[in-house]
Amino acid sequence: MPELYHYFQQLINGLTVGSTYALIAIGYTMVYGIIGMINFAHGEVYMIGSYATFIAIVGLSMMGLDSLPILMIGAFVTAMIVTSAYGYTIERVAYRPLRGSNRLIPLISAIGMSIFLQNVVLLSQDSKDKAIPNLMPGNFIFGESAMDGVVVSYMQVLIFVVTILAMLGLTLFISRSRLGRACRACAEDLKMADLLGINTNSIIALTFVIGAALAAIAAVLISMQYGVINPHIGFLAGIKAFTAAVLGGIGSIPGAMLGGLVLGVAEAFGADIFGDQYKDVVAFSLLVLVLLFRPTGILGRPEVEKV
Amino acid sequence: MTRNLRTAFFSALLVFAVAVPVFGLKLTTVGIRLEVHGSDAKTFWIIAACAVAMFFWQLLRHHAAAGWAASPNLPRIPAGAGSFLTLPSTQRTIIIGLILLALVWPFFGSRGAVDIATLILIYVMLGLGLNIVVGLAGLLDLGYVGFYAVGAYTYALLSHYYGFGFWSALPIAGAMAALFGFLLGFPVLRLRGDYLAIVTLGFGEIIRLLLRNMTDLTGGPNGISGIEKPTLFGLSFDRRAEEGMQTFHQFFGIDYSSINKVIFLYLIAVLLVLLTLFVINRLLRMPIGRAWEALREDEIACRALGMNPTVIKLSAFTLGATFAGFAGSFFAARQGLVSPESFTFIESAIILAIVVLGGMGSQLGVILAAIVMILLPELMREFSEYRMLMFGALMVLMMIWRPQGLLPMQRPHLELKR
Repeated sequence: MPELYHYFQQLINGLTVGSTYALIAIGYTMVYGIIGMINFAHGEVYMIGSYATFIAIVGLSMMGLDSLPILMIGAFVTAMIVTSAYGYTIERVAYRPLRGSNRLIPLISAIGMSIFLQNVVLLSQDSKDKAIPNLMPGNFIFGESAMDGVVVSYMQVLIFVVTILAMLGLTLFISRSRLGRACRACAEDLKMADLLGINTNSIIALTFVIGAALAAIAAVLISMQYGVINPHIGFLAGIKAFTAAVLGGIGSIPGAMLGGLVLGVAEAFGADIFGDQYKDVVAFSLLVLVLLFRPTGILGRPEVEKV
Repeated sequence: MTRNLRTAFFSALLVFAVAVPVFGLKLTTVGIRLEVHGSDAKTFWIIAACAVAMFFWQLLRHHAAAGWAASPNLPRIPAGAGSFLTLPSTQRTIIIGLILLALVWPFFGSRGAVDIATLILIYVMLGLGLNIVVGLAGLLDLGYVGFYAVGAYTYALLSHYYGFGFWSALPIAGAMAALFGFLLGFPVLRLRGDYLAIVTLGFGEIIRLLLRNMTDLTGGPNGISGIEKPTLFGLSFDRRAEEGMQTFHQFFGIDYSSINKVIFLYLIAVLLVLLTLFVINRLLRMPIGRAWEALREDEIACRALGMNPTVIKLSAFTLGATFAGFAGSFFAARQGLVSPESFTFIESAIILAIVVLGGMGSQLGVILAAIVMILLPELMREFSEYRMLMFGALMVLMMIWRPQGLLPMQRPHLELKR
């Protein structure tokens, strides 16, 4: 039995990490689906979201409002407002003037934006690690004991619940609401959507805002789970999430969700087999392997080139 | 007007949402607890002023737009000068002039300047190599630094374990990098643009992580130090030669001066850059070079004309990687030590920025951009904290202002007079 417990534990840990990857990955995939560019600064948006989370949590508890629900709601609201503002501003400043040019141009601009944002935070909040204590200690134990069983912390449960709620909300929004329909229309054919009277500029801005808000949710969850942040966390989180988006088939929202989970689980098992320091190597190797056999990702539609 | 007012109000709020959490509030660790403190009043006043300015700007933008259109926009390079500068014949003359200048000036320059120039030349080499992949063949490569690392570590390991000299290790380093390029080429061939970008990025990270984690072989995060410097036909540039070797200053009977070594390294770099330029220029005139550009323009048309995209892409990847390998082994020789932290993603981004900023496919542009990108941060040493900040902002602004690059490539062509 212990073997089996061990694998279950890895699976649970992997799914936890994977669901946060999925949340960030949606930001990449939605933007890519509509304007076909890699929003390289998305990882930094996530990083800024973590800082907003920390500021909200620490600020609220300094004011004496340190009950868990208030702290969490405060963190979610603050982080989402701040990252949405960043998402919108980035689109407006760095990408909108470049729309319609060669594909490499917005990419370089995005990389520049990412370097810029990272250094803004580095200068204003210094480069040291910041830590907060765990807000939701405690865990469920399945099996005989913590050593011989599966341990699921309350925090992990929270991550699952919030992620599933966010995904459900997004799916409903995209499939049922008027704006969601406009989003899908833009992803299908931007020019045609424009001709049909959809304000494509605001829809594009909206996708950036949605992506940023989901990154904020991930930021709150991950900050609460690990409790340590610094200005450099955005890069790795960003490329991992992007890997997840590509793995699932970039441009497809269910693909991003699936890609995130697959990546998280693969990483957990990879770290278990090859050692923790090879975790990232496993993640990227998986990407190369999947693309070898399915060049458009797991759920990606094969693109038909037309002359 | 109400609509403008609403936009203006929204924009002002946006300024607050963007600026306050980052600039206005600072997280500080007090003892073991983390606390949030507001910045000084000045910062808040600045943020408020920015918000007010934003408010009025958005409110009056449409009125301002008319006046703006009448006044000259951003300074532009006059069209005539632009096309004159981008003509291939002019570029050739400029390149020859630059080469002569590059060969002569170090003898009069200061040690620091020559050192920076050597660094610039490394980036020129990298830029020219990546230019084959991105600028000519149109394959977006975000992990170019991986090949650079392979080249550097090849020389470092050969020197460390087998005592190879720079000159004998140089071709091996190039060949190793080429091999890696070739191997990466295979999975990459079936992928389209952005998938390719992320796979190459992942590949670059894999190489760096492997170098960091294989501690027994590569020394892990500490890297390998004590790499031999290049020699001139067996003459070393150290103060004292090892046994059985002679030093440069003894052989020529001149006094020892440490600047000789710096100049020698610089001249090797010039030589390598010239070799790179020569090879690429020859290749460009060969069918394979034409095929790269054709592939960039239209892959389907290429296939229809009976060209094999697989071979073309693979050759571009392999050749680009080879030059990174040369640059890498020279880098290792110059530094005397290599560590995985020299090969992070930011290096790839800088090299890619050099290629795009220079004007994709243009060799003179790459050289110019490398000078700008490396020299500017060096000149801004006094504001070293703000260096990367400015670098990022510059990348964004350049893309908005001049997306085609500083000196875009131009084919020889005739224009009909009107």
